[in-house]
Amino acid sequence: MSCDFSNLRLDFPVLDQHVGDHPLVYLDNAATTHKPRAVIDAIARFYERDNSNVHRGLHALSMRATDGYEAARERTAKFINAAESAEVVFTSGTTASVNLVAQSWARDNLKPGDVVVCTEMEHHSNMVPWQIVCQQTGATLRYIPVLGENAEGGLDLDAFDKLLQENVKLVAFTHISNTLGTINPAAEMCAKAKLAGALTVVDGAQSAGHENVDVQAMGCDFYVFSGHKMAAPTGIGVLYGRKELLDVMSPWQGGGGMISTVAYEGSQWKPSPERFEAGTPNVADAIGLHAAMDYLDSVGRPAIGRHESELAGLAYDALSELPGIRILGPVSGQPRAGLVSFAFEGVHAHDVVTFADQDGVALRGGHHCNQPLMRKLGLPSTTRASFYLYNTPADVDALVTSMRRILKFFGVE
Amino acid sequence: MSDLTDLYQAVILDHNKRPRNRGRIPQATRVASGDNPTCGDNCTVYLQMDGDRIGKIGFDGSGCAISQASASLMTTQLEGKTLAEAEGQFEDFKDIVTTGKEPEEFSEVAAFAGVHAFPARIKCATLSWHAAIDALKKPDSPVEE
Repeated sequence: MSCDFSNLRLDFPVLDQHVGDHPLVYLDNAATTHKPRAVIDAIARFYERDNSNVHRGLHALSMRATDGYEAARERTAKFINAAESAEVVFTSGTTASVNLVAQSWARDNLKPGDVVVCTEMEHHSNMVPWQIVCQQTGATLRYIPVLGENAEGGLDLDAFDKLLQENVKLVAFTHISNTLGTINPAAEMCAKAKLAGALTVVDGAQSAGHENVDVQAMGCDFYVFSGHKMAAPTGIGVLYGRKELLDVMSPWQGGGGMISTVAYEGSQWKPSPERFEAGTPNVADAIGLHAAMDYLDSVGRPAIGRHESELAGLAYDALSELPGIRILGPVSGQPRAGLVSFAFEGVHAHDVVTFADQDGVALRGGHHCNQPLMRKLGLPSTTRASFYLYNTPADVDALVTSMRRILKFFGVE
Repeated sequence: MSDLTDLYQAVILDHNKRPRNRGRIPQATRVASGDNPTCGDNCTVYLQMDGDRIGKIGFDGSGCAISQASASLMTTQLEGKTLAEAEGQFEDFKDIVTTGKEPEEFSEVAAFAGVHAFPARIKCATLSWHAAIDALKKPDSPVEE
């Protein structure tokens, strides 16, 4: 496919600025991505023309708002190839989606002796909710180890097979690691879990919007992601769940919009997805999410994924020539998502990030919401460069030039 | 940009590269730690008291150049000081890093004035000071391994 990525930057108004004397080079996309004009316009249009509460109103604006909100749900179902739109629950983001499954399905179904499996490379948001529900239910949380001194070996799938011989009820893992850039074999892992009788929760925060996602082909029971990491607004996210699971799960939060009848003695719930959307939903940002999905598909998700991986590969190879560098995750030539995490001997990540910022290069430094993995790898923190569709090879050059300058500044030659 | 040179003055680079009083003190009688959970920096300060004054001071931990240099420089400032004196110095130091105002008398801590232009880094500079004040406020007791 030939898509001219060099011009996509123009679609993103925020990128048209300088930081200090330098044009902005935004390489913090694994934290959040920027929004194209089409998304900003869709949100503005909603507030300017259609703004209203959904589902309960009978007036024109309310009906337009409801149509827009439900169209976003239809679009999302198509985006991930869900069997039907009722399998799409809107949440505030990946974190809320994971917590919903933990506090609804897991809290009702786990008991002492049961095992929940996640991985050593999980983001805190796909680890802490399981810690909490295991504490509540007496179930045990086990981790699939990460292989290699720089985590270059990915997940230890043999260890996963062994873990599955225990009484595993649920397996929660990330599709793409936000710290390592590792792409996990989601379909294979879901198949193994299913064979062992366990449900699967796949964290798609770094994969949705970066490649074609087909939840039915993947074979997962739940797939969760955030809008803001894929060109959509903050505050909107998705929980995909198989309908037969969602329909028997208890509500997580009670309130308006999720009940069929309410009496003083008790209430009855609507089916999914309304059951899990108590209160006024985030209508405007769901509509923004819809626009983001249209935008990404107009570029082409497979092309976006290839483009990001190419940039990450360029960055990996150029950075690996720098003195005292340690790069985490897949080695050169191995499949890698669009990000690179690295550490310099003798220069702390926060100094690197502050320095790069002076060159207009926006990076992230820290533990990337994975403190246990950092401890295991013996690193206090790393610097991460993460790419999206609007980045170019020139951005990689700016990154590497900035890194050379900081090494010189700190006397690492 | 000259701001960076302001932030990483020669004094800071020097203390980062050759930290003074690094390491735990075997005879420490007071110890306290602090961390910045968002960035993963941590610092432990060891004190060997001489009456109500600091006899010996040492620090341990990991973090960025600002936090390491600040801890190192702090240890050179606090030896021989009482809690009240240390608190006074910390107030002066906070003033320097939040306002950029240099102290009237010459002091190496003036090197940290550049930090004020980088608000996200102020907590890096004050981490070790918080730990030292916490340690000073504790009663004497043998520090366990």
